[in-house]
Amino acid sequence: MVIEYVAAKQTSFDTTKALEIIKQYKGKRGSLISVLQRIQDAYGFLPEPILDLVAEGLNVYLTDVYGVVTFYSQFYLTPRGKNVIRICRGTACHVKGSDRIMEKLLEKLEVKPGEMTRDGNFTIEEVACLGACGMAPVMVINKDTFGEVTTAKSLEIVESHSVNKGEKK
Amino acid sequence: MDYPSITLRNIKEPDSHKINTYLKSGGYKGLTRVLDDMVPEEVIGSIKRSGLRGRGGASFPTGLKWEFARRDRNFPKYIVCNADEGEPGTFKDRILIEKDPFAIIEGMTIAGFSVGAEKGYIYIRGEYVKGAEILRKAIKEAKEKNFLGKNIQGKDFNFDLDVYMGAGSYICGEETALIESLEGNVGYSRIKPPFPINVGLWDKPTVLNNVETFSLVAPIIVNGDEWFSNIGARDFPGTMIYSLSGHVNKPGLYELPTGINLKTIIYEFGGGIKDGKKLKAVFPGGLSSGCLNENEIDIPMDHKALAKVGSMLGSGAIIVINDETCMVEIARRGMKFFRHESCGKCVPCREGTFWISKIMLRIVNGEGKKEDLDLIKDLGQGMKTAAFCGLGLAAANPVLSIIKNFPKDFESHINDKKCAYNNK
Repeated sequence: MVIEYVAAKQTSFDTTKALEIIKQYKGKRGSLISVLQRIQDAYGFLPEPILDLVAEGLNVYLTDVYGVVTFYSQFYLTPRGKNVIRICRGTACHVKGSDRIMEKLLEKLEVKPGEMTRDGNFTIEEVACLGACGMAPVMVINKDTFGEVTTAKSLEIVESHSVNKGEKK
Repeated sequence: MDYPSITLRNIKEPDSHKINTYLKSGGYKGLTRVLDDMVPEEVIGSIKRSGLRGRGGASFPTGLKWEFARRDRNFPKYIVCNADEGEPGTFKDRILIEKDPFAIIEGMTIAGFSVGAEKGYIYIRGEYVKGAEILRKAIKEAKEKNFLGKNIQGKDFNFDLDVYMGAGSYICGEETALIESLEGNVGYSRIKPPFPINVGLWDKPTVLNNVETFSLVAPIIVNGDEWFSNIGARDFPGTMIYSLSGHVNKPGLYELPTGINLKTIIYEFGGGIKDGKKLKAVFPGGLSSGCLNENEIDIPMDHKALAKVGSMLGSGAIIVINDETCMVEIARRGMKFFRHESCGKCVPCREGTFWISKIMLRIVNGEGKKEDLDLIKDLGQGMKTAAFCGLGLAAANPVLSIIKNFPKDFESHINDKKCAYNNK
């Protein structure tokens, strides 16, 4: 939590990348979401000082920028772990026991959904439906999807991404 | 049991997402025929005669939609593919995108030719990163072979496509919210009419169809509208991909004729209920369709029949649930999902999902009262009557259908203060 607080309040960011992205979209209508997505890809999250630049650069109100950022669930105002775990909690995964997997992983990583672990290695989040109901229950870590996950298997997957086992990606 | 496979015909081929594989299996024959021998009105006529209806849930006749857009003299026009597949239980579009992207692209190009549009967008949900990559590569390949771009195949027709990624929002699967999102805004749905077909993206005529609908277009042109209209149900012909999930032995995608019996899908194709358990409930069209009980599943997968029992066909996402599952918890989770996804624009949906969620939590925690069920019904009915868009109109379906079909599950939570199934 400490890391999260400090980083979120950090005010000096290298703005080069953000300005470059904004410049590419300048004058193009309807580009707010795309600009935010690309900035997030570059920085890992959306640092607040950079949102000021977005509003100014695209000539939109800062309130509209915040409106979009807080409306969509894939925009993040706080830093995220190196590895992002997503547990599907859609109906098909629920009936196949995804709640127990979620519980187990939260317990193991000592975090709440959406939070980053102390070492900054993991963020775990609940998602509604990943569109892979045929292999429920489903978990995703970074870009890899795992189907028919059990609690034991989910712990193994997380273990293989933990710092002392050598990082992946 | 030998049913035609149309949209899923290519998915087992290795490299089915590459243009050479697509061309080898007869791809782009449809577009070639359209460009060589047909005028736009003939294409629209053929799609109309085929009886094709949208596969995204609303089942609007596709040919009619295109005709309205064709007649509108406001330019430029846009073609948009709704690939924001978010309904819990649906996973067909993801496979079509990843395994057969050119079928979608070809269908959109034919749509562009028919209505007079030169630009199209594929709006894909933010979670489908791999799908978006595959689509971008496919568009590049199509451009290299001159199936997209300027003067396609030497003809006087230009059409270009872009992939646009969503950012995590269920409501953006609703067509007007999708358009708002495509314009870079918060995904609030717009009032209808005017419909997107006349006033859509940037207030221009916009044809919006689902992934599966576009995938069906080229095969109809190649094999003929009569061929298509003779498959499946008369008023809703063709095949449909059913996404089968939950407690069945063989979950997966099944492309079958429209109007096929639900019980047949579950028992003959899905191999029955897993581990020899008993069937308890089925959501025939995704979470928002409202569930059926075991006595209602001998039913054709058709709009009228499902509407009669208070459910709907939706996108054909069948979620099967066994008799060891607590339906109250399903209702609570379902409402929690809609509460999270409600955009907050209209009061019935915003407040309805919020308060029903709270009451459901109270019931699950053993603090429910007898009057709670009437309160939920009241709130749910209000949402079904007065909500602004499809999300709010359907959000109460799961909880209302569960109260109707499984009152006993609620009784044990309210009277005995505990779950009869021990799964919370």
